[in-house]
Amino acid sequence: MVEISRRGLLLGSSALGLAPWLGGCELIEGGPSRPGLYGLSDTLTLATQRFLLRDQPLAREFPADAISKVFPTINTTDPDNPDYRRSKAQGFSDWRLPVSGLVERPTAFSLTELKAMPARTQVTLHSCEQGWSAIGGWTGVPLSHVLASCGLKPEARFIVIRSVDGWWDSYDLFDALHPQTILAYGMNGGDLPVAHGAPVRLRVERQLGYKSLKYLASIEATDRVSGLSQGRGSMVSELGFSWYAGI
Amino acid sequence: MRPAEPFRHPLWVRLTHWIGAGAFMTLAVSGFAILLALPRLFWGETGSNDSPAWIVLPLPVNLEQTGWGRNLHFISAWVFVLSGALYGLAALVTGHLFRRLAPDRDQLRPGSLVSEVRDHLHIRPPEPVSGGERYNALQKLAYLAVLLVLAPVMLLSGLTMSPGVTAAYPELFTLFGGRQSARTIHFLAAFGLVAFLLVHLWQVAANRPLRLLRGMITGRPGGKAEGA
Ligand code: HEM
Repeated sequence: MVEISRRGLLLGSSALGLAPWLGGCELIEGGPSRPGLYGLSDTLTLATQRFLLRDQPLAREFPADAISKVFPTINTTDPDNPDYRRSKAQGFSDWRLPVSGLVERPTAFSLTELKAMPARTQVTLHSCEQGWSAIGGWTGVPLSHVLASCGLKPEARFIVIRSVDGWWDSYDLFDALHPQTILAYGMNGGDLPVAHGAPVRLRVERQLGYKSLKYLASIEATDRVSGLSQGRGSMVSELGFSWYAGI
Repeated sequence: MRPAEPFRHPLWVRLTHWIGAGAFMTLAVSGFAILLALPRLFWGETGSNDSPAWIVLPLPVNLEQTGWGRNLHFISAWVFVLSGALYGLAALVTGHLFRRLAPDRDQLRPGSLVSEVRDHLHIRPPEPVSGGERYNALQKLAYLAVLLVLAPVMLLSGLTMSPGVTAAYPELFTLFGGRQSARTIHFLAAFGLVAFLLVHLWQVAANRPLRLLRGMITGRPGGKAEGA
């Protein structure tokens, strides 16, 4: 946590120093960058929110009876991928989630192994960048636990997550290790439905819905995402959205 | 009141006014673009295109305008809020708020208000309604409504839609009665600000517009202090 707040300060001072005006704007050291004025406003937003969230509060949680009857699904709702289809037909018994990169013990976890880990259930408000919101109950294992069980190396600063439908995103440790950041295999008391990302999806509760990837395929710990693809840190940011979606 | 002195706008008023006016335009356009993804308003926490709404706006659903809409909205919001904060701080510190914007006692007499309204409706001010030594009461009330009510409500209801800010300040949800309520109130406040802008432009138009515009740009209305 000390490490994180020090980084928060660095972040704040680089935003105030208007470093972003000069060329591309790197939000976090080794992190994604975005050129121009939108990079500047993303940096201001990130620096401000990191300051507001410096004590790592939890997002609000609701009682189970608050769960919405309708929870919209968007983008992929049933991946058109042969491996996925085969796995789905077998109830995901052959599904594996590889955790690799800057970890002591790279491991591929089965669904049963994830379910045997300490579970967390959280009923939260999901807010979509399209404006809608719905309340859902999610059960899963904290990402921090999975990473710790693989022995996350001290150099690791970002977690890159990919899904079977080709989406990918990255998270710095500030969000990746937050207690509500979970790999969810259950929704509203049952198994996670296919339309919601079965067998396992990510939940990142302090950002918009697009950061909560569905249909997880792999997890990789790395020290920088600046060299990844276009250096924007995620697939949606290559489509013009912000990498940090706390607003 | 002191005797009539030429009405001037200090530099900080002019700068923050025009920066704010520009940012307001891009906020309105981008806000409209974002609205098109869900042209419905709800009360409470939740709502979507296929759940019952309080109001269904007569607009087409368009999911393609969200990306640029949000980018432009947030950068404009930063500009609007920072210049607004600068203005608010300076207005307090310099006494501008009480000296220039708070209506004077004589301006609030019913007779005086009625004749101001009549003057505006005729778009023919017999005496310097503004541009003299002070703003007229209708102007002052419109400015105060923006500064004390609409702008703060706009900002707070906007922040209530941010999952990051509300993780730090869940009280915002209590204040507005939920995320979708905040979205609805954000829309209503935007409607109020657009209504203000129309009234504002009308008030300027009704009070020797060229003189007022020159005043707001250069600081001095020019010509004789009393108009004529
Ligand atoms: C392009 C549109 C606009 C034009 C042409 C315009 C024009 C003017 C003019 C000429 C004045 C001075 C009036 C006088 O001297 O009697 C004024 C004052 C003012 N305007 Fe605007 N305005 C515009 C947009 C806005 C917007 C969008 C806002 C707020 C959201 C705003 C808020 C104000 C305020 C608060 C004052 C009083 C400033 C002070 O003395 O503290 N205006 N405007």
